[in-house]
Amino acid sequence: MTIDFEELTVQNVSRHFGRRKALAGISFVARAGGILGLLGPNGAGKSTLLALLATLLQPSAGTIRYGKLAVVGDAGRSDESKGGAALRARIGMLGHDLYLYPELTARENLTFFAALYGAHDAAGAADDALARARLSERGDDPVSSFSRGMRQRVALERALIHSPRLLLLDEPFTGLDEASVGALIVRLRELRDTGAIVILATHDLDVVDGLFDEAVFIRDGRMIETMERPEALRATYRSVMARGRA
Amino acid sequence: MNAFVRIVWLVVRKDLTVEVRSREVIYTTVFFAVTVVLVFAFALVREGRALGDAAAGILWIAIAFAGTLALGRTFERERQAETLRALLLAPADRPAIYVGKLVGIVVLLVATELVLVPLIAFLFQAPLFSQPLWLTAVLLTGTLGYCAVGTLFAAMLVRARSRDVLLPVLLYPITIPVIIAGVRGTAALLEPTPDVAIIRFWVSLLVAFDTVFVTLALWTFEPLMTD
Repeated sequence: MTIDFEELTVQNVSRHFGRRKALAGISFVARAGGILGLLGPNGAGKSTLLALLATLLQPSAGTIRYGKLAVVGDAGRSDESKGGAALRARIGMLGHDLYLYPELTARENLTFFAALYGAHDAAGAADDALARARLSERGDDPVSSFSRGMRQRVALERALIHSPRLLLLDEPFTGLDEASVGALIVRLRELRDTGAIVILATHDLDVVDGLFDEAVFIRDGRMIETMERPEALRATYRSVMARGRA
Repeated sequence: MNAFVRIVWLVVRKDLTVEVRSREVIYTTVFFAVTVVLVFAFALVREGRALGDAAAGILWIAIAFAGTLALGRTFERERQAETLRALLLAPADRPAIYVGKLVGIVVLLVATELVLVPLIAFLFQAPLFSQPLWLTAVLLTGTLGYCAVGTLFAAMLVRARSRDVLLPVLLYPITIPVIIAGVRGTAALLEPTPDVAIIRFWVSLLVAFDTVFVTLALWTFEPLMTD
């Protein structure tokens, strides 16, 4: 069974952990060929929302639609269990932690994940990924010997090794130098051009200025505002958050 | 190759490669298990003779304690870089991931037992090798049953703040039947003339526990790991 989708629709999604509400009434649409930014202070619920979109968590209420396939909260029956593996095959995620085994080499990490995602030629996919990460010559070194920027490049290629439709990134710019940030932004634009749905949660407002096709502002688990192609992101963010407090 | 078996093999190979590189779990587990055996040997062996079935009890205490350590460290490794999340995100059968982790831990614990059994046989003057096939059957079925529950709980608790305390608290009461069957089966092997019917009974009981525990774990792993 294969699944593909050109649109991700989040409808009135809430998620609580016991009595604590992490997210309440989040709604937005992300389309193929677009980069959507999730912006908000620490504890706003951005990582929880990414975990929901990645199917690692189930919504407590509301619906997440991957094209026609719906993952429904407590109010309804989830289709995720039926389309679970096929849906996960279309999702890539780069977390704040890099999801790499430090004892393994970059090539071994990429080959392992390519095989796990069912690549027919896992070794070939790993070689291609290393080339895209500009790390072919360091491919046989353990990831533990890499700088943060190099690890981040390997981790991004790990998340992309199965050519996902939906790419979720949680604080991908943390600890990167200027060159690595520039390279990551170029890669994200390439992905947008190839028709991926990119959703990115970040605090680094200066580096993503002008990158987003849409921004969703979240505070205390609630959506304050959505904005198309936001300009002067830091000033906009301050003004939106000040309004959210009022 | 069947997709399920392929995923199991990938996870086992990855876990063993990581362990061969770091040797972290095997060294700590063997060191801890040997220390436990030595302490009991000093306490219980008098003039070269141990009390009753002490050797059988010590063997399974060492396996249980070392197993808890191995389970904790193996999943701590998956937690540190959040690689368990990466495994769960993959479009692989989650029960296959569970079985892969289980086989990896069983292999590590069997490697520890390869050191433990001769050591106990020597220190306690216990004829553990009189029935090598039955000894292998008791150890393998007991280890599998213990690790089946342990792997499930260790994966479940990977995000819990007090996982190091909770794992033994949850694991030991549930695996008591496995430990008792393991101890009684091993004690039966130590009799001057081992009764094969009694050994077979304990091994059959262990096989029944394994079947129940592995089935329950396969059934519950996906829902438990989704949220």
